[in-house]
Amino acid sequence: MTDAAANAPILPRTTSLYELDARTVRRNRSEKRFRLYGLAAVMLGILALILLLVSILSNGASSFRQTYLTIPVTLSAERLDPSGNRDPAEMARVTTFGYLPVIAQSLIDFVAAEGIETDLNPQQFAGMISGEAPAQVRQRVLNNPDLVGQTVQLQVLVGGRIDGFFKGRVSMSSAARDSNVSPEQLLLAQALADNGAMVTRFNWRFVTAPDASDNRPEAAGLGVAIIGSVYMMLVVLFLALPIGVAASIYLEEFAPKNRLTDVIEVNISNLAAVPSIVFGILGLAIFINFAGLPQSAPIVGGLVLTLMTLPTIIIATRASLRAVPPSIRAAALGLGASKMQSVFHHVLPLAAPGILTGTIIGLAQALGETAPLLLIGMVAFVREYPAAPLEGFFDPASALPVQVYNWTQRSDPAFVERASGAIIVLLVFLIFMNAMAVMLRRRFERRW
Amino acid sequence: MNDMRVVERDVDINELKMKARDVDVFYGDIHAIKNVDVDIEDKTVTAFIGPSGCGKSTFLRCLNRMNDTIDICRVTGTITLDNEDIYDPKVDPVQLRAKVGMVFQKPNPFPKSIYDNVAYGPRIHGLSSNKADLDQIVERSLRRAALWNEAKDRLNEPGTGLSGGQQQRLCIARAVATNPEVLLMDEPCSALDPIATAQVEELIDELRSQYSVVIVTHSMQQAARVSQKTAFFHLGELVEFGETGHIFTNPDDPRTESYITGRIG
Ligand SMILES: Nc1ncnc2c1ncn2[C@@H]1O[C@H](COP(=O)(O)OP(=O)(O)OP(=O)(O)O)[C@@H](O)[C@H]1O
Ligand SMILES: [Mg+2]
Repeated sequence: MTDAAANAPILPRTTSLYELDARTVRRNRSEKRFRLYGLAAVMLGILALILLLVSILSNGASSFRQTYLTIPVTLSAERLDPSGNRDPAEMARVTTFGYLPVIAQSLIDFVAAEGIETDLNPQQFAGMISGEAPAQVRQRVLNNPDLVGQTVQLQVLVGGRIDGFFKGRVSMSSAARDSNVSPEQLLLAQALADNGAMVTRFNWRFVTAPDASDNRPEAAGLGVAIIGSVYMMLVVLFLALPIGVAASIYLEEFAPKNRLTDVIEVNISNLAAVPSIVFGILGLAIFINFAGLPQSAPIVGGLVLTLMTLPTIIIATRASLRAVPPSIRAAALGLGASKMQSVFHHVLPLAAPGILTGTIIGLAQALGETAPLLLIGMVAFVREYPAAPLEGFFDPASALPVQVYNWTQRSDPAFVERASGAIIVLLVFLIFMNAMAVMLRRRFERRW
Repeated sequence: MNDMRVVERDVDINELKMKARDVDVFYGDIHAIKNVDVDIEDKTVTAFIGPSGCGKSTFLRCLNRMNDTIDICRVTGTITLDNEDIYDPKVDPVQLRAKVGMVFQKPNPFPKSIYDNVAYGPRIHGLSSNKADLDQIVERSLRRAALWNEAKDRLNEPGTGLSGGQQQRLCIARAVATNPEVLLMDEPCSALDPIATAQVEELIDELRSQYSVVIVTHSMQQAARVSQKTAFFHLGELVEFGETGHIFTNPDDPRTESYITGRIG
């Protein structure tokens, strides 16, 4: 400060408080402008979110509903048990293809009995039933050979196009152009629906059933993918949380602050920025090619995702450890607590909400991760449910995001609905996890 | 025993509890404590006075090795407790701090209940065998810190919910609960009202019957009231150390005199 400024006389105020001077006006205007920008940004974000949700929900909500045909099926003995001794081993020789005509014939008989007019040929009748239905009926008959020869009321899946007709995806005009379905079949389907034999209703099969082949979208479900994802999350949780927390506590509380720890710190931050596909390549090279773990197994996926999640957890944990005021540590040490006691009795409980939130965010990230899983073979078509843990971790499985990717690659438009439905399931899981993060945070948060 | 103590105090032949010789402290390149020698006697209150930033807290932290927790801090010289070098490599600072307790300049209660705050030390040092025992320790400690009346109905409420002055008394109770041999107090009354201050001073006087107490204070009156020995620090040096009465009435060093009379600080 110059002497002149220091010695300048303090002049009395000459302006009125009721009049805004130019600077104030300008300042207020810029503040208002900034608020508008902020509001616009928030609105844009909300709009994008709404569009996303609307598009996914409108596409995918119908995947939770499925069309079923309920008719009496005559399980004719001469077709299904040619040898006539009800021996499941011999009956198993009748393949799925042997069952389709049986169901189709029952449908023809049912339509005739109900007096519905149609000029479809038997093959077209059969075409209305899902390719999955005979397999299900066969499984049922093999489990209970006594059913053969009886007429039982069975509920069977109808074909994807017929299902699409009731969900508005297939129309008369599109059917006319489609080689897989004819308008006459749709008319019959409508008649059966009016009759009450064909209903579209909510069904858990979409969530529980395994994936199905390209031409049976109506049977495809997320069962294996959900189990695979849950298994992977368990692997990630049980590996990444203890390893990440232990590493952070060591780095933050015990490690000497020197070059080496600086290098480690920088590298952990860098690791968080590594593209996830690189972790997939690493997993392929180390866990599958070197360690010889099976392909497309949740354990490998879990290990890869653990590598990916670790930096997130470490960064979050270290941040929350650092946020605990040093005076708390000093208080504990001053009372004669050891370093470890001060960390575990005082610092860690205070950091717990942050650690949990970080962990759940890391898990949520891992849950939605696709790229690394593609590399370790989790795209494989898996119809078998993996076994219960722990051996189930080594069975082939799919994963939710990979299933979405997989279904979007298929040609049948019915898979668009399935993919959107899978996204809904994925979102539900994510929302659930985030809600849990918020809840845990509330529960454990303490002020100081 | 009791009258013995009075006699001892009067003729000033208390045993030496802690002895510091040629102590230097560095924070990186900053030379915060310069060649300080201090004797801390048993059953005596020693006051550290001096202007802000002169190194009182720093020196206090040397006495229970809290400086170890500051990475850049380096301590040289010898400090002994009962003739044992506390900076000896064989010494575990954790064990030392159980014997040399500390009350910090800023109140720092744990974000736990008042009860758990006080019970923490006894718990980790195994000072109580059962709950009733622990309850008793907690009550006695809170009484000694003049907090019992305010806290007895809210023992399960968080210690952080107390007022600043109450928090400081909670920290005193917490430190007293572990039964230290030496109690270091860094400006324990800076956040207290005159009534609580008087209570804490009473506590200090009472503690003197068993422990030795070292207190940092900015209040000359407080130093004069509670202490028997006073050390005056200035710019990291120990300017003068001696009988409190002597320092306050007839200081040897002109800097001490100007500080006490309010001319530097
Ligand atoms: N953690 C630290 N890192 C670096 N320098 C420090 C640290 N703590 C204290 N110092 C420095 O050491 C010197 C003495 O500080 P100290 O806290 O001991 O002063 P004080 O006498 O207790 O002051 P006050 O009366 O204000 O509490 C100061 O110059 C301060 O800047
Ligand atoms: Mg201080």
